[in-house]
Amino acid sequence: MAGWTVGKKVLATALGMGATGGAGLYVALDESVKADLTLHPPKLPWSHKGPIDSFDHASIRRGYQVYKQVCAACHSLKYIPYRHFVDVFMTEDEAKEEAAEIMVRDGPNDIGEMFDRPGKLTDYLPMPFPNSAAAAYANNGAVPPDLSLMVLARHGGEDYLYHLLNGYCDPPEGVELGEGQHFNPYFPGGAIGMAPPLYTDIIEYEDGTPATQSQLAKDVITFLSWTAMPEHDERKKFGMKAMLVLIPFTALCYYKKRQYWSLLKSGKYVYNPKKY
Amino acid sequence: FSPLMSVVRHSVVTLPTPVNISTWWNFGSLLGVCLAIQIFSGLVLSLHFTAHTDLSFYVVIQSFGDVYYNWWFRALHANGASFFFIGLYLHIARGMYYGSYVFKEVWSVGVVILLLVMASAFLGYVLPWGQMSFWGATVITSLFSALPVIGSDVVIWLWGGFSVDNATLTRFFGLHFLLPFTVAGLAGLHLFFLHDQGSSNPLGVSSDFNKVVFHHYYVLKDLVGACFFVGPLLALVYFNPWLLGDPENFIEGNPLVTPHHIQPEWYFLFAYAILRAVPNKLGGVVALGVAVLILLYMPFSPRTSIKGLSFYPWGKVMFFSLIGVFILLTWAGAKPVEEPYVVVSQVLSFLYFSYFLLIGPLTRIQDKLL
Repeated sequence: MAGWTVGKKVLATALGMGATGGAGLYVALDESVKADLTLHPPKLPWSHKGPIDSFDHASIRRGYQVYKQVCAACHSLKYIPYRHFVDVFMTEDEAKEEAAEIMVRDGPNDIGEMFDRPGKLTDYLPMPFPNSAAAAYANNGAVPPDLSLMVLARHGGEDYLYHLLNGYCDPPEGVELGEGQHFNPYFPGGAIGMAPPLYTDIIEYEDGTPATQSQLAKDVITFLSWTAMPEHDERKKFGMKAMLVLIPFTALCYYKKRQYWSLLKSGKYVYNPKKY
Repeated sequence: FSPLMSVVRHSVVTLPTPVNISTWWNFGSLLGVCLAIQIFSGLVLSLHFTAHTDLSFYVVIQSFGDVYYNWWFRALHANGASFFFIGLYLHIARGMYYGSYVFKEVWSVGVVILLLVMASAFLGYVLPWGQMSFWGATVITSLFSALPVIGSDVVIWLWGGFSVDNATLTRFFGLHFLLPFTVAGLAGLHLFFLHDQGSSNPLGVSSDFNKVVFHHYYVLKDLVGACFFVGPLLALVYFNPWLLGDPENFIEGNPLVTPHHIQPEWYFLFAYAILRAVPNKLGGVVALGVAVLILLYMPFSPRTSIKGLSFYPWGKVMFFSLIGVFILLTWAGAKPVEEPYVVVSQVLSFLYFSYFLLIGPLTRIQDKLL
């Protein structure tokens, strides 16, 4: 390429730029017409999204209240025990009191009988239905999914869930819904079996926060983010500590490497032809 | 210990190493670091893992809240696999660009290592028993049914039953545990063959007249490389561990519900695109295999006067076009099987295979012209 004429260089440059531009145009066109027909949720400024942002634990507590009083009627949280609440958004006594509100089948006792007892910290949150068949029967054939990992189990995460909860609207002209279905542009296919679950003042928060629809959605999703990522705060804290060590260590290693190599890098090769 | 220490000394202390090898030569040691990370984190994860279809998903999720720092080991293992493949692909790209494939034994053992690491990654992805684990296992093991005559029997033998089920999961766990140690042994063989001849260098000429000892020069250089490699890995682990993952794998595997888009992790997407580009099942499977095994052809491609592509401009254009094709194939592998992605995959697959067949003759033409 060093021996190329100006014309050839111009041609090669033009070809390269044309290819790059063409690829860029293709990508732009592809992005503008997605293969799926689902509305993509806009990004929201969640308070725990930044690399050094922790969860809003007051929001997790309110979110648990929303889950318990609204969502728990249909959705399970089968991977979450009450003991996980301790020192996250409840004291140990509060968590014990919370667990004791439910009755749990246990046994057998000394005479071989199963019995019901109040819940303990080690128990998991109760399932609203005994099995998926009962759940489907009670919900027009659709099984309400478990919510423990929902934030991680959907593309878009928190943003998708927030807009799903708040995005219900009348179906556009020509869209037919089945019996018991509702229209939600964020749900794949548009027809969702769940009725709009949240509306302003559906519950009264313990801490007096106004229970607007968006507040309810924000809190319950922060709670669900915690259920999906219980290690979140510790993970980021650990990460800050690791970076505080790794970055100076890398700089030190780089300096020592350059120091050792300086002798070789500043070397000079000289050709002294033999004089005959 | 003396003979063993002597081998270690000759391998990492007094090993004569070319003075001019660049950062692209760091990836060998980085892959060793990746293997160590994967074995260490995998061993710890295996202490709390149960390979049973009723328990695997539950045990993996529960370990986040219940086993101290298990979230760290899982995130490290999952993202470590991605970085392993980043290192592998860059290491192979270095070998292709600088003509390292002339070391036939080193190259062949390297291709076997690549195949075993790919197998190990596939087997490991099945273990959490999420939707993508189950359906990925179903899709890939079903490919063997394309084999003529014995295909369906082979698949049943692989599955250990009539579908992907508990027997499949338990044997996948066993194999996933075993393979990395095989890889470690082969890595030792890879180094053995390499040290027989000594490393190549970016110029492609003999470096026998200008070598330095490995320690401190390359120990320090490799340490710096490791810091720059492990840094982003840890940043992902701590700040965004599921960036490269698939949300479907956080749903428990269900044989009755098929995900809308079954796709592997990003490092297999180029091969997945090539598999789906061929409309015939057996043809697709053959293309998938050849896409990786074609690397074995490289030592037998026509030799050039100067090793590597540094002094072959059109060879460089072809090489970097291959990089672009590889990236585009990765993108195409994530797309659904619809137009225009089908035609795009087919064109890209053709270009991918064309590189390996044309690069040798093209560079020989330049030799003749000069």
